[in-house]
Formats: sequence, structure tokens, C-alpha cells
Amino acid sequence: MSRISLTVNGKVRAVDVDPATPLLYVLRNELQLNGPKFGCGLSQCGACTVLAEGRTVRSCSVSVSSMQNRKITTLEGLGSSAHPGFLQSAFVEEQAAQCGYCANGMIMTAQALLDRNANPSDAEIKQALNANLCRCGTHVRILRAVQRAAQERNQKGRV
Amino acid sequence: MKSAAISRRDFVKNTTGLVIGFSLLGSHLHAAGLGEHSEFNGSPLPTALDSWLVVGSDGVITVFTSKVDLGTGVLTALSQVMAEELDVSFQRIHMITGDTAQTIDQSQTSGSRTLHKAGPQLRQAAAAGRHELLKLAAVRLDAPVEKLTVNDGVVSVIDNPATSISYWKLLGGKRFDVTITATGTAAEMKVAPEITPKNPKDYRIVGTSIPRIDLPAKFIGEFQYSQDVRIPGMLHGRVIRPEHSIARLVSVDENSIKDIPGIVKVVKEDHFVGIVGTTEWSAIRASQQLKVEWSNPDAKLPATRDDLYSYLQKTKPFKEQPVANRGDFDSALARSSRVFEATYHWPFHMHGMIGPSCAVADVRDGKATVWAGSQGTHRTRKAVADLLRVPENNVRIVYAEGSGCYGRLCADDVAEDAALLSRAVGKPVRVQWMRHEEHAWEPKGSAQLMTVRAGVDPQGKITAWDFTDRYFPYTAGPGIPLLASTQTGLTPNSPGFPGNGYEYGTTGGGDVYAFENQRINCPVIPWMQNAMSHLRTCNLRAPGAVGRAFASESFIDEVAFHTGVDALQFRLRSPRNQERTGEILLAAAKQAGWIERPSPAPANGNSDTCVGRGVAISDRDGAIVAAVAEVEVEKSTGKVKVKRVTVAHDCGLIANPDGLKNQIEGNVVQGVSRTLFEEVHFDENGVTNLDWDSYRTIRFEDVPEIDIVLINRPELGFLGAGEASIIPVPSAIANAVFDATGARVRDIPLTPERVLSTLQKIESRT
Repeated sequence: MSRISLTVNGKVRAVDVDPATPLLYVLRNELQLNGPKFGCGLSQCGACTVLAEGRTVRSCSVSVSSMQNRKITTLEGLGSSAHPGFLQSAFVEEQAAQCGYCANGMIMTAQALLDRNANPSDAEIKQALNANLCRCGTHVRILRAVQRAAQERNQKGRV
Repeated sequence: MKSAAISRRDFVKNTTGLVIGFSLLGSHLHAAGLGEHSEFNGSPLPTALDSWLVVGSDGVITVFTSKVDLGTGVLTALSQVMAEELDVSFQRIHMITGDTAQTIDQSQTSGSRTLHKAGPQLRQAAAAGRHELLKLAAVRLDAPVEKLTVNDGVVSVIDNPATSISYWKLLGGKRFDVTITATGTAAEMKVAPEITPKNPKDYRIVGTSIPRIDLPAKFIGEFQYSQDVRIPGMLHGRVIRPEHSIARLVSVDENSIKDIPGIVKVVKEDHFVGIVGTTEWSAIRASQQLKVEWSNPDAKLPATRDDLYSYLQKTKPFKEQPVANRGDFDSALARSSRVFEATYHWPFHMHGMIGPSCAVADVRDGKATVWAGSQGTHRTRKAVADLLRVPENNVRIVYAEGSGCYGRLCADDVAEDAALLSRAVGKPVRVQWMRHEEHAWEPKGSAQLMTVRAGVDPQGKITAWDFTDRYFPYTAGPGIPLLASTQTGLTPNSPGFPGNGYEYGTTGGGDVYAFENQRINCPVIPWMQNAMSHLRTCNLRAPGAVGRAFASESFIDEVAFHTGVDALQFRLRSPRNQERTGEILLAAAKQAGWIERPSPAPANGNSDTCVGRGVAISDRDGAIVAAVAEVEVEKSTGKVKVKRVTVAHDCGLIANPDGLKNQIEGNVVQGVSRTLFEEVHFDENGVTNLDWDSYRTIRFEDVPEIDIVLINRPELGFLGAGEASIIPVPSAIANAVFDATGARVRDIPLTPERVLSTLQKIESRT
């Protein structure tokens, strides 16, 4: 066990864990952040995606100790019920889920995409999300939600 | 604990006049103690109106149902049904679902039957509730019931709107204490049939696209899935199962995990082995490191695909299932001028749930509470009670949604795992399966071997039709012990487990047609009923029907080709079981821009890319769907790309058009995935594709454009839409591949290798 300090959603959090523990289990079990989900533990499905310094990380496959000096953002960090993030709102507008278990990965991956490319083409969105799996088949809606989010963000001039 | 059905009111955002809420609804404690519900007291009585609904003094109406939302949005639709019948706004309805201590068993959530069967049950309970509330109002307002009207739960006198009283003033916080009629059980229960419900032509809420109640919370990480259930003092468990199917425990070396801190117990019960740890990571590490010796498998699985189909072909069925026997097939075949025959192969498919199964169990003092994402919590209660050898009333299963569930998955198995581990340590234990366990041990959708024969008259009309589907029953179905039960000694012959397996629906073998001489038979082949194996079988979305429609609707196209007739026209000219079928076919064809011509399509010059279109039709319990698929095939590689799928969909009365479209889109996408990519690989020891790279499913780059035509028929009531529209998708695609290339591929999935080898066979013949 080691004491590890993490910066998650803008707050510094200290946890006592085995440093080899994958980040996902620490976020979920120690910090009660349920946004990231366990899907495969193999970096294959994307359900556990979080952002580290704005870039996507599969939290099931990185150790918590390797994330100590990086700013981590989870789904909870993008918005709340009172102030949903622009992607979260767009996903509601487009009703872009069925079970929603993959939604965390879709939204986090789209956030990273839109932060580096404010006007992605359909092909660029598909490429960015291609390694995120959805079993319910809501891909068409997810694409529409990401397109809507990009447009609305650009119209509002939000950064 | 926070309710899973959070997220409705307060904030928020008004789009198209509908409230989309992000904030939490808050707890619904008003319902506690009012209904016929208590923690360990068996199920509530269907004849008590209080078992179905409770009017809270806060203006919220709580509805109790064993039906659950498996991620399809059906709770939103059921809430619409309740709001409509009670004449209250949608936001007032709160659903308690799938808690065995609080809900009546209306059967498990499956088979597109939630709106179809439970919809009318709940509607009638609501109608009975409204009836009682109006009787109370009549007394309080001193006016006859006929003179009363209701607007959002406020009852007023028609000519004197100022004289009014709300449902919650009338009854808020009190019980109805009214007995209603309820006869029959489960899906066939008839609830308050004597009450006349609202006429569908007066519907204002049913039939509108109200946004899903669960989605806002899901997008901010506040929804509580079964994977997110945490209770105080909870430990983490993992189960160790043999790498190969059907093996027995020989020994466990507990010293092998001595170096891992935080291990509470290594649990051994007969052939069941599990770990309980203080952290999830310690349990995972220990489960990977623990040295467990298993016996050689007691039995071998078929080693190859060929062995499997040969077994299906040669093994004597334990049950024939004649579906349609009309006219005299043999003599009609003898009279026909041409005879066609073909055999089709459908593989084992995975359900492929994105979130592996998870449950939390708290077993203490002979009583168990289990939180699980089961399709049928009442069924799970029996399984857990049998496993723990305690009376059913000592077990409470509380539904917590898992990830998208397209059939019976391992929610029941993992509930048993968690229960055994919790009992062993006397504390609550959470178990989530790892990905390889889910892929290995989830019960699979059955492989099918289908043969079709048809005789055609000189005019090219089918006069004789013979369809046989040889398939496996559910071996993870009712009456068969689950994994932990099997490992701890329960057998199908144990008390409470009489089953041989459960044979399921028979739709899809050409039963949309009404040929003069028609034989459809679905023989059930015995399949490892007494053993746990990676190739256990159970229901997978429209079980059996997808494969059968693949065979029958491909075969219809084969006959159309041989008789030189356009595939759509051939179907329109064939006698059909339901009048509506023709209209639905035409609606899909029109939307898709179908041009009449025989298949295959004229060659596309020397281009390597061929394009084609295909059509198919299906009928699932009256929900009729036509699909037109448009594909591109790369001849040099055999790679198929589905460009567009057009669906015309008639499932009777539409509850929520956008929710229905979401379902149809999902069915189409999953259908494309199963058609092009998916196949369970195995050897004699078990499943060999144990991750997402080796069991490939659809990705964004593969998703077609989807075009939907909804046909609403309020007069037919709800016919069910959860799985109807996946049925025609594989055959429509296979027919489009033939149209594009002239290659008829009769094996699913339509891999590039299969398409290429079929193309090469054609070329070598010409």
C-alpha cells in the first residue's frame, strides 16, 4: 500500500492503495466516481475512458501510480445535473443511448476530439470513436450528438 | 440507497415542449409501507390495488412492476401508459421495478413482451385506480362520476371547474384498500378486465416522443447500474472457473496467493472456488494467481464447426416441433415442375454485453438480499433460494440495471456467485466477472442447421414448402441449474429442476407465407443439459427467429432468382399469412427506392466494387417488419459493406415514436454486426474467442445509414418492438450480396473469406 495523490476533476485527492492498481478501480471504489465503467480490462472497448491532461486514457489499463502528476477528468468532471456539459446536453437532446454503459467512453472520447478539433467531419468523428464499442447499436445517434455538440459549442463561442 | 430511477424533474431544459431533466428526483419514501410490500414477505397480492400503485401526498404516483428496463427505454413507455390512463402528467409517475419484495411477478422481461403483455396489465391497474379515485371524488365533490373530469390528477366537475380536488388530497399517503380482479399468472395475468380503459383515440401521452427518464443521469455518471451498487461493509469477490468446460475441482493451493494483501477468504464449496478480498484489485490479482487444479473435462465439445453441424444433423431430436402443417407437402412436391433445396448454417453468437455481469449479495442468518441486473428477478430468487437451500421468501432480489441485455445473460449466475461468497464470509460481497469470463461463460445464442425445400409450379409459384430448423434448447433456461448451482451439486434432476432445457419460439421459417402445402418443423436436439459448458445456450434477441428468417428469406430469393422474378414482386405474389405484410413490404420498397428487376444486378463494368440490394420480411407475434439492405461488395477481397438499411415497421400501437426508432436502429446495427462479423469459435475444450479482438462486433466505420418508416395501428394495441426488427436484417443483407455479385452465401457470418470463396466457385464454373 502507498499513499498516492491524484488530481481528479480539479481536486487533489489522496488514496492509500497498491500503486499497481489500475486507475479505474481507484476512481470507482476509492473516489466513488461511477462515470468510468469496467468493460474489458484490456483497452479494447473504451467504457473506462477518462482524460489525462485532455487526452484519452483507458483507465482499466494504466496504473494509478503512473497518473500521479497528471490532471485527470472523468465524466463527472464534464458537468453535473445543475450544469451539464455541452456534450452531455447534446447526448440528451439526441437521446443517444440505450443502456448507456458505453456512454462514458463515447462522451469522454468525443470531448478529447472536440477539444483538439472544433469542427470534425463525420469521418473524423467515426475514426475517433471507432475503438469505442456499443452493443445496443446507438452509433447513429452518438454521431448526431457529437455533431450537435460541436455546432452548439461553436455557435456559443465556448472554448 | 439512491434510486436508479432518478433524474426527472426540477431543472431544466425545455425542448419541443418536453421537459428533459438532469437533476435528481429525490427519494420516494412516501411509497414505503403503503403498498402490499415488505422486505421478506413473498410477493404482493395481484388482487390488491395497493400492490400496483400508490398515490403519494406529494403528487407522485408510484407504480410497482416486475418488468424492468434492460436499457431499452421501456420504463419510459410504461410510465407513459400509466400517466395516460390515470390522466396525470408524465412527470408524476415513478416506477419501482423488479424488486421481488415489492412487485408482482408479471414474468421476466423478454421476448418483446413488456408493452405487449405487461402494458395492458398495468394500464388496467391504472384504470382501476382512476375509477376508485373518481368514486372518492364524486362523494367529496357531491357530483356523479359522469360529471367529473380529470386534468393532471385534479378532478373537477365538468360544468363547475372551481369545484375540484386532487388525487393526492383524496388519497395521498393512504391505501386504496380495494380488491380488484386478477386471474391467471405472470404474462397471462388478466388484471381488472371489467374496467373499460381509455379509448386510444383520446391518447395524449402515449404516442408522443417523451425523452427517456433514465438518460440524463446516465450521461453525468449518476445513474446506479448494478455495477455501481455499494453497500456499507461491502467486500469484493471473484470466482475461479475451469479454463475448460465441464471440469471438476481437484485441489486449491492457498499458499499460492500468500503474498497478496487484503485476502479475506478463499471459498471452496464442492467444485466452486472463489476469492473474497478487501479491495477489488486484490480479489482480481488473487483470482489470477491462485493455483487451482481441475480434472480433465468429463466430456468434450464438438471440436470444429463441421463437427457441430454434423452433430446437429445426425442427433435424434428429443422433441419435434411442428409449426405449420398445411395441405400435403409430399404429393405437392411430387407434382411440382421444379424442386429447389438448400441448407443454411447459423453459428453460436454471443450476447456480448459491454459491462460484464455484476451483483452484490448480502447473505446473513439464512436470509439473502441480492442486487442484480436480472431479466427476471422472481426467477433469480428461486435460483438463489435453491442454491442456498433456503425458502424462497428468505430471498429478496432487487433489480439494478446492467448494461444492454439482449437475452438471459449471466446476471443470474453472478447473483449466485455473490450469494455463495457472501454466505461464506457473512458480509456483503460484490462480484463482477472479468471480460474473458463473460465471453466464455455467458450462455450463447444457439447454432442452427436449417434445410429448406420447395416445389414450384410451371408459373413459378411455390406450391410446396418444407422448412426444418435443427437447434439446441436453452440449457441455461428455466429448470436448469446455473453455474454455481451446478458446481455445488444441484442437477436437473434435483428437486425443483425438472428440465431438459427449454425449447423456444418457432417464428421465422417461412411462416409469413401461407403456401398451399407447407411444413415447418423445429426439432430440438439434446445439448449438454447436465453439464456446465462454455456453449450453454439461452435466448438471444428474437431467439431462433433471426436464423430461421435468414434461411427462409434467403431461400425465397433463391427461388425468385431461379424463376427470374424480382425479389419484391415474388413476395407480393406469394400467399401471405397477414394482409398487412404486403403494405409493409411496399412501404419499405418505396422508401428505399426499389426498382423492379430480377437479381443479380447487371455488372458494374469492370469495377471491383459491386452494389446490390435485398429485401426480407418477418412477423414476430404480429409485429411485422420489412427491411431493404443496400450493400457494396469488393470482389477482390469479398469484403461486404452495408451502406443503407430501410425498415418499414408495424408493431401495432406506437407508445413512443423516438424510443421505437432507437430500438429499430439498435436492432439494425446489431443485425449487421451479427451478419457480417460475429461467430463464436471453439475447440473441444471450450470457447476460444475470449476478448473483443477475437469476437469482433460492429464499429462506427461499419454502421450503415438507417431509414425508418413507422406504421402506427392503434387498433391493434401494443405488439412489441424490442426484437422484431433484427429478424429480417441478415437475410436482407445476404440477398443484397447475391444481388451485387451473384454469390449466394448460406453461412453466417458473411466474412470476406466466405464471400470470396463463393465468388471463386462461381467463377470457376463459368
